[in-house]
Amino acid sequence: MPINYYIFLAIALFSIGVAGVLTRRNAIIIFMCVELMLNAVNLLLVAFSKMHYENVVVFNPASPVGTEAQLFVFFIMVVAAAEVSVGLAIIVMMYRNIHSVDVNFLNRLKH
Amino acid sequence: MTALLLILIPLIGGFTAFFIKEEKQVKMWSLAVAFASLAVMSYGLLFAFNLDNKVFVAEWLPQFGSSFALLMDGVSTLLCLLTVVAYPVIFASTWKSKYTSPNSFYGLMLLTQAGILGVFLAADGLLFYFFWELALIPVYFLCSKWGGEKRIAVTFKFFIYTFVGSLLMLVGLIYLYYQTSDASFSMQSLYEVKLTVTQQAWLFWLFFIAFAVKMPVFPFHTWQPDTYEQSPTAVTMVLSALMVKMGLFAVVRWLIPLFPAGALMFDNVVIGLSVVGMVYASVLAMQQDDLKRLVAYSSIAHIGLMSAALFVNNESGMQGAMIQFFSHGVNVLGMWIVVELIERQFGTRKMSELGGIAQKAPTLAILLVVVALANVALPLTNAFVGEFLMFNGLFKFNLWYAAVGGLSIILSAVYTLRMIQKVFFGNENAVTVNTTEINWYEKTSLAVIVVAIFVMGIYPKPVFALVQETVTMILGIFK
Amino acid sequence: MRGTYFKLRNSYLIYIMNSIIDLVYLVPLFPLIGFLINGLGRNNLSKSLSGIIGSGVILASFIVSLLIFNETRAEGFTATTVNLFEFINVAGLNIPFAFQIDQLSALFLLIITGVGFLIHVYSTSYMHEEAPQHFARYFAYLNLFVFSMLLLVLGANYLIMFIGWEGVGLCSYLLIGYWFKNNEYGNAARKAFVMNRIGDLGFLLGLFFIIQQFGSLTYIDVFSQAQGAGTSILTVITLLLFVGAMGKSAQIPLYTWLPDAMAGPTPVSALIHAATMVTAGIYMIARSNILYTLAPVSQTVVAVIGLATAILAATIALKQNDIKKVLAYSTVSQLGYMFLGLGVGAYTGAVFHVMTHAFFKALLFLGAGSVIHAMHHEQDIRKMGGLAKKLPVTHWTFLAGCIAIAGIPPFSGFFSKDEILVHAFAANPVYYIIGLAGALMTAFYMFRLYAMTFRGTFRGTHEQEHPRLNDAVGQDLHESPWQMTMPLVVLAVLAIVAGFVGIPELFAADAHKLEHYLAPVFAASTDIAEAHHVSHETEYTLLAVSITLIVVSILYALNRFSKKPETGEAEGFGKILANKWYVDELYNNIITKPLNGFGIFANRFIEKSGIDGLVNGVGKTVQWGGRQLRLLQSGQVGNYVLWMVLGILIFFVLAITILNK
Repeated sequence: MPINYYIFLAIALFSIGVAGVLTRRNAIIIFMCVELMLNAVNLLLVAFSKMHYENVVVFNPASPVGTEAQLFVFFIMVVAAAEVSVGLAIIVMMYRNIHSVDVNFLNRLKH
Repeated sequence: MTALLLILIPLIGGFTAFFIKEEKQVKMWSLAVAFASLAVMSYGLLFAFNLDNKVFVAEWLPQFGSSFALLMDGVSTLLCLLTVVAYPVIFASTWKSKYTSPNSFYGLMLLTQAGILGVFLAADGLLFYFFWELALIPVYFLCSKWGGEKRIAVTFKFFIYTFVGSLLMLVGLIYLYYQTSDASFSMQSLYEVKLTVTQQAWLFWLFFIAFAVKMPVFPFHTWQPDTYEQSPTAVTMVLSALMVKMGLFAVVRWLIPLFPAGALMFDNVVIGLSVVGMVYASVLAMQQDDLKRLVAYSSIAHIGLMSAALFVNNESGMQGAMIQFFSHGVNVLGMWIVVELIERQFGTRKMSELGGIAQKAPTLAILLVVVALANVALPLTNAFVGEFLMFNGLFKFNLWYAAVGGLSIILSAVYTLRMIQKVFFGNENAVTVNTTEINWYEKTSLAVIVVAIFVMGIYPKPVFALVQETVTMILGIFK
Repeated sequence: MRGTYFKLRNSYLIYIMNSIIDLVYLVPLFPLIGFLINGLGRNNLSKSLSGIIGSGVILASFIVSLLIFNETRAEGFTATTVNLFEFINVAGLNIPFAFQIDQLSALFLLIITGVGFLIHVYSTSYMHEEAPQHFARYFAYLNLFVFSMLLLVLGANYLIMFIGWEGVGLCSYLLIGYWFKNNEYGNAARKAFVMNRIGDLGFLLGLFFIIQQFGSLTYIDVFSQAQGAGTSILTVITLLLFVGAMGKSAQIPLYTWLPDAMAGPTPVSALIHAATMVTAGIYMIARSNILYTLAPVSQTVVAVIGLATAILAATIALKQNDIKKVLAYSTVSQLGYMFLGLGVGAYTGAVFHVMTHAFFKALLFLGAGSVIHAMHHEQDIRKMGGLAKKLPVTHWTFLAGCIAIAGIPPFSGFFSKDEILVHAFAANPVYYIIGLAGALMTAFYMFRLYAMTFRGTFRGTHEQEHPRLNDAVGQDLHESPWQMTMPLVVLAVLAIVAGFVGIPELFAADAHKLEHYLAPVFAASTDIAEAHHVSHETEYTLLAVSITLIVVSILYALNRFSKKPETGEAEGFGKILANKWYVDELYNNIITKPLNGFGIFANRFIEKSGIDGLVNGVGKTVQWGGRQLRLLQSGQVGNYVLWMVLGILIFFVLAITILNK
């Protein structure tokens, strides 16, 4: 498949994520949108990695090109998992304290 | 060695003072340190006035091309002498003043002395800046901790004014550093930098504003009356007798040699501002009721004449200004001592509340009158020689500056005599009815001042000889 | 051998002859020593001791001055300079601390130390009520004054003259405000000092012009080059120097301090404000005569201002009731005559009048002091009268002074005033007519003063006449002690005979000894100036007219005021005169008040709102900006993210556009 398809899909996913973060007030949905953005990036990394590999392997089958991006994806997934665990814990605590997951409710820093 | 010792003694003495807890001891210690500086200076001047003593170079910050270089030329000798003479007089005359945590007070005072002497001696751009700040920073603390009611606001104002000036100077200095051929801050390399006229023009202002704030020249002066009023008198003495000279001295050692074309380009602006400032400050001095503010404005008027005379580009004005550096320091010190004695005794500095002091304290009155007469530059007092030459220089530059500036001669008589009359003459009132005469060491402090006033007023020749080389150097640069 | 011996003898003799001139520094040194002793030892000296020291040092100076004077009388004596030490020598300007002895300074030395000594002696008695330390302070000031005045006339250059010039101003200030508890006196002292300073500024600018033109302040250098200088520069120099003289010698417009200066003790008025200090301006112009002769415009200005002052002060004196104020205005008026003389080129006449005036005005002031002393500090002549019998010595000597100042031959004032007026006639008859009018007024008000004080009946209080009623040890109103009458008698004799040193050519050829004596000083001017000659017939007519008119005016005044003295307040035009033409009020309104107003304005608005406002404004702007920027932190997470996203987008756009280039 041409790389363009992957790019368009990733842009779409990323934009959905950005729009969600900007417009929604529910912390859990914001969180999910952040995940969407991360996964859009992951998708791009994998796609470009495959593309580069195909271009290089023709001349040099032993080339390690293409592996770094895949490694990065694993790295991001690990970080995202850690983030989810911490983030969800915060959201749970927040719900326990103020009985809401509305982020606008938490603007006390303003004052 | 003299040059180095002059800085080291108060520096070490100052740090030591912080650790002396007993009030009496810390006072004795500070006085001893001040006398030690005086002794070193006198010895250097009388017995070992040779090149070895006047120059000192050591490694300091080689990575920046900066060295610990000191140079004691004519005018800096004069100003160092003023500093080391002033400090014992300041400590002796304020002996009775009480301060909370005296160890920090005296420690900071001595650190300031080290800074001031460093400014007068530094022959390296970065070192000069370092001492400039070393002299200023303790003063911020002195003023904000031991000052009057409005001390915080006033210190803040003082800080903003001087610090903005310092930073502008630092920017100029660093720019200059990058223009040197050997990436060095040494005075010689900086002097040798070739600058276009445009570069000189804006660098001139970067430096000049720093010095103008310190002097202060109209219209950079409004921090001064407030700061003088709010600071403890000992600090005010340092500020007006010595730190003011830092600005003037910096013009002589740094500004004019570095940017002669800039100085020539803006001479009319600087002299114009100074002359306006002279008359303006004199008129304001006539309106003051607070003694400290009166002396502050009178000081601005006198400084105006000096800063004008530094830019007239003739020998008469230059020589006059240099001798006046010393004379003004001595005279203004005398004025402050009197103010301090009055304030300590009566608890007020308002002229409207005082009067008739001469009846019971004639010695104080006589000494004040002598100092006041020096302040109005009466002949045979030290200020006359300087003012005569400065006005002559100003006259050579432009007749009208001398004529307008001359109004301050008249006005100075008006406000000084008004002060004498309101404070010392007339009848006693409830505040002054129990006046007591000053004691022997206060008399001695003032007597030192009075002797200096007459000796320099009658026989100024040694001072002329001392500063001649500097004057010739600067006039040579202009050519 | 014989020749060598004579040579040695000769050089020895020359050494002796020079030595008196070489010792000239003693003349000011003695008063300086007196000042130091009296000033520093004021708490330890008894009154008689400080009086003796104060007077003794002046006597010593007087003796040295006499020797010097004797030296200068020798035929062919030329001006001698005595260098003491180097004062200022920078920038190609060499001003040594040096004295110059010539006929003019020697004459002034005699006047200053001679009259000064008499007044010191007089003071020992006049000031006897003072406490010892104040008594010593008084003599210290007086000695310091004499010292400064001697510097003024001895200086070999204008700077030394200026040192003395300001020094006498200072002493005048200190002595006017001698009774410092009284604020009125303090104000008078300040006024005197400040007005003098205005003049001094002019003087100083004149000095700068001289330096610029001649490169030196030494008289010999300046005067020898004077003829080579342009007229315009000389006019500027001379006018500026004259501004100095206006202040010091109380001429229009700077004369108002002198009448107020009468606040000082009366001997001070006699010494400083009549005999010596106020004539400093005349000395200065006479010293610089060559400059003035070469600047005719300045000469005219000097003459016109002198004449205007003479007549203005005389009108004011007509209506004053304070005995010292009358004498003060009379002094201003007489100084005006001296300037008229200088202005018309009668330098000898002016100096002659300085001398005679010093005698008779000091006499009049000391006489007035004696009256005030006897009347227990009463100065209003409306409350005196009939004192002739009670104070015989004072009365006769005062009368001698009045006749001398009025100008009746053969009293001294006649000769000196006549010399000035004749020269004025030669220059411009209008000067003569106005001058004569002034002289008539002088005669009139002096005899008004005399008549109201000494003639008629006693109008004072009973206590003043018989203080013994209140005070057991007091005596009736009586003559002053010998320390006061002796100077009066000496001065009276001088006031009568001093005129004979200047008998006009008219009466006897070569009788004008003073002119002959002073000729070397004014030689250069005499050579240049075209001589105005008045024929003997005209001169006789002028003399006859003036003497007749003056006698008539004296008789009228005596007649009018002996019997019916003015006791009320002046009315109508007299009120304007009594209020001194309201000049003080005018100065107050056009100078003092606007200056104060500007000061208040500057203090309140320019400093606080203007400059401080600007500086504080910078601070306020930063604070305000901070408050506004703070609102960006809304606390809404969405907002923050929005800004973040927008920021990223901007960076993208920037990166793409810039990288593509």
